[in-house]
Amino acid sequence: MSTSASIANEWPLWEVFVRSKQGLEHKHCGSLHAADAQQALHMARDVYTRRQEGVSIWVIPSAAITASDPGDKDTLFEPAKDKVYRHPTFFVIPDEVGHM
Amino acid sequence: MYTQSFNVPDGPDTAAASRDIKPVLSAHEQQVLVKAQMRFDEVIDADGKIEPKDWMPQAYRKTLVRQISQHAHSEIVGMLPEGNWISRAPSLKRKAILIAKVQDEAGHGLYLYSAAETLGTSRDQMLDALHTGRAKYSSIFNYPTLTWADVGVIGWLVDGAAIMNQIPLCRCSYGPYARAMVRICKEESFHQRQGFESLMVMMQGKAEQQAMVQDAVNRWWWKCLAMFGPPDADSTNSKQGMRWGIKRVSNDDLRQKFVDATVPQAAVLGVNLPDPNLKWNEARGHHDYGQIDWDEFWATVNGNGPCNKERLATRVKAHEDGQWVRDAAMAYARKQQQRQQQEAA
Repeated sequence: MSTSASIANEWPLWEVFVRSKQGLEHKHCGSLHAADAQQALHMARDVYTRRQEGVSIWVIPSAAITASDPGDKDTLFEPAKDKVYRHPTFFVIPDEVGHM
Repeated sequence: MYTQSFNVPDGPDTAAASRDIKPVLSAHEQQVLVKAQMRFDEVIDADGKIEPKDWMPQAYRKTLVRQISQHAHSEIVGMLPEGNWISRAPSLKRKAILIAKVQDEAGHGLYLYSAAETLGTSRDQMLDALHTGRAKYSSIFNYPTLTWADVGVIGWLVDGAAIMNQIPLCRCSYGPYARAMVRICKEESFHQRQGFESLMVMMQGKAEQQAMVQDAVNRWWWKCLAMFGPPDADSTNSKQGMRWGIKRVSNDDLRQKFVDATVPQAAVLGVNLPDPNLKWNEARGHHDYGQIDWDEFWATVNGNGPCNKERLATRVKAHEDGQWVRDAAMAYARKQQQRQQQEAA
């Protein structure tokens, strides 16, 4: 994620996502340096799945990720806070209705 | 273990953090800074996690870069003493296990370098600090592995001590470091157990094999106790580390825990721990143990251990010998990229 001048000759940084088993989502598990996407995949295999931690790997150039600023947390997420009616528990339903 | 500061220039993410060392701040800047510090303190007090893009005090960032990179260097240099024995392992089974363990150490180094990079330092800067001798790594790796028993003892005692040190780091306040440590601790258990088991096999062998194990224990025991760092009274950085949630348990407490855990293991194995003062203290509910030779420890930390020069030279040579591979991979990636662009045009 760093872009300082000294890293011109460094292999670019990649973010690694691993699907632990079929049916589950790919989860971010770390990052690594690699010259290209194929190499990043091979390295991710060796670095992050030495004990069968995954059945599938995604690698994405770290530079391609746009992240929200933690400082914007309030503006981004505050609006959802007062909309409790979005949760099913907001509505009181008589017991005799049973499971709904 | 984290004994000497080395300054790593700050990356781009630290622009906001460096405000606190500017001599003059506008009223508005002052206010922003105070608020940021308050938010940081709140997270720390609530035992929460600080993430890479969050504001953090400059000193917190610097301490973490130093600690995480030194930790990474230790994993990487730590491959060398055991790596010496891969070609000389007594059986194919032990060889396969040792290769897997040494590969794990490389992996641990890589997780940790990545965690340090989230703080705005680069991989090259860290490697440069290691290769030029500015950065420290755990002193324990500056001792030689003289016999096959050393490989077992390193797994049992050195990795055992490392586990004691590392488990509290899983709760470190810095998210990427804590997550790397969770992954590492899961794998360390294999390291310790394979070492102990290999020693058990030797202890069931001939008298020469048993003597070899005892000799290795004699040479490594005190070095392992020193791994936990100077006594609490002498470790000046500990208090701040505790306040920041980077350090959770004091050096002496961890050392005590290690001694108490190891004594019964040594009994199972049938080896003596080389300390005449080591005995159970009923009143304390812990084992008492003798004096650690701190002069010897500091001499090794400061570059005068038996293998400091050899370890560093081996690292530097490996890095330099690999330069053409890194260059070739980059050249190939660029060529592929150009070809793709031409095809797309």
